[in-house]
Amino acid sequence: MRTEIRIAGFGGQGVILAGIIVGKAASLFDGLNAVQTQSYGPEARGGASKTEVVVSDDEINYPKLTSPDILVAMSHEALMAYMGDLKDGGILIIDSDVIDEEDIKDFVKEHNINVYHARVNKTAEHDIGLKIVANIVMVGAITKLTKVISYDAAKDAVLDSVPPGTEKKNMQAFEAGYAMDGT
Amino acid sequence: MVKELFVQGNEACAYGAIKAGCKFFGGYPITPSTEVAEKLAELLPKHGGSFIQMEDEIAAIGAIIGASWSGLKTMTSTSGPGFSLMQENIGYAHITETPTVIVNVQRGGPSTGQPTMASQGDMMQIRWGSHGDYEPISLAPSSVQECFDFTVEAFNLSEQYRVPVILATDEIIGHMREKITIPDSVDVIPRTMPKESPDEFSTNNPYLPFKAEENGAPPMAAFGQGYKIPVTGLTHDERGYPDSADFEAHTKLITRLNNKILNNREKIVSVHERFCDDADTIIISYGAPVRSVHRAVVQAREEGLKVGSIKVDTPWPFPEAQILKAAEVAKNLIVVEMNLGQMVYEVERVAGMVGENRPNVHLIPKIGGELHKPEVILSKIKEIS
Repeated sequence: MRTEIRIAGFGGQGVILAGIIVGKAASLFDGLNAVQTQSYGPEARGGASKTEVVVSDDEINYPKLTSPDILVAMSHEALMAYMGDLKDGGILIIDSDVIDEEDIKDFVKEHNINVYHARVNKTAEHDIGLKIVANIVMVGAITKLTKVISYDAAKDAVLDSVPPGTEKKNMQAFEAGYAMDGT
Repeated sequence: MVKELFVQGNEACAYGAIKAGCKFFGGYPITPSTEVAEKLAELLPKHGGSFIQMEDEIAAIGAIIGASWSGLKTMTSTSGPGFSLMQENIGYAHITETPTVIVNVQRGGPSTGQPTMASQGDMMQIRWGSHGDYEPISLAPSSVQECFDFTVEAFNLSEQYRVPVILATDEIIGHMREKITIPDSVDVIPRTMPKESPDEFSTNNPYLPFKAEENGAPPMAAFGQGYKIPVTGLTHDERGYPDSADFEAHTKLITRLNNKILNNREKIVSVHERFCDDADTIIISYGAPVRSVHRAVVQAREEGLKVGSIKVDTPWPFPEAQILKAAEVAKNLIVVEMNLGQMVYEVERVAGMVGENRPNVHLIPKIGGELHKPEVILSKIKEIS
């Protein structure tokens, strides 16, 4: 089965790294196939930034998204920019602290979207004490809420991707995200 | 130990270069190729090699040609604007028979065009960009694994035939990440050295640095080993001495340089067919568009349409025999490429050899930097079926 995931936010939030970790978990540690791509335009710096990951147990021909099954939004601007082509019945993971849900109410209803909340920014800042690990909290939440990648694979991929010396904080962040239930 | 990595196509080129024995990279950074240089700046010093950032692309190719003559396997990477600047020295590498590898991560042109967007707009520049008659070798990967594999192959071909080999990749393949498997060891073709030592030669029995062996390419001694090796861009004889006004000398040299590729074409070319056996329509593609084509072909087959695919790994030399075989049986050939039509001219030329029953040749061009959507290919298939 082919699953298409888009992770979006603003430049500097680490959304690209989150996408790389998901792709790495799937392809190196879960034995699946994965392709990760990202926006390379000047808009990637400061403005909306996104990464896209295709995960499949089959050969992945077309490497880009056709219609995402999962959208992860880490900023309101990114949500509004990239929500449009989310599949009917698809999964939307948002940080409710940075998103005005009033703006997406109609879309969610019309397209029967499963909305999950993951307060990754607050969790990173208050529970972990490090705002920049919000993306790793989100990887934990994605792992738990979508089951696209396994817990073990995600953990291995995080450890394989973060700078040496930061493993402990990042593991805390991942576990905090994995503990989220989407409400 | 076999290693698995989840990396970009550009990084995979760098790993391939190291595995093939590359010991020198001279380059100038340019989007979307910079990660090749960046990775090699990290890897080369750890593997006994050297990395140098030159002042521009003209200097970069000069550096890799010179370093190749010092006996090393060398490489550079660039994109359209830099590749244009390298053209004069690419011709120099051909006439001096200098093995080297040039990675061209294609972006939208002409000129500075679209630095961050993909294109296959350089395919004819790869073929004809330098002046004079020459036969380039070019490989076009369509996955990150192939970026690794084809870089190794590019080094091997450059050593076997003593030519610059162009890895024709693009922004999509260069920047996307996939898993690659790096084997313990790969088949590496070392440089062929002269059998005789330098002191076996004399005035009466001179060393002939440009006397070809069986496959059309001469063995290659390095500077500093004691052999007398004049190297010139002028037409030269087997000694390497300029002989530029003699029509026979020029005809002999340039014919040999072209024939060493053309006579070995079947050993160099590589294509991969899918579902071609009973196909009425065969789609021909190379590089990133192969990915869209394969998806469209699978969908077409699910709908009962007799469609096949030929994935061309080596745009140059063009796989004439393989495309001719397809042209003889198919009713339609469709060329899918990220430009306004370049390799389609080769397909039309070969289709013309069939004569009366020649297939219709269609083109699905695309510029602007994005990959063809599979449904666009599928609808073309339906339109002509």
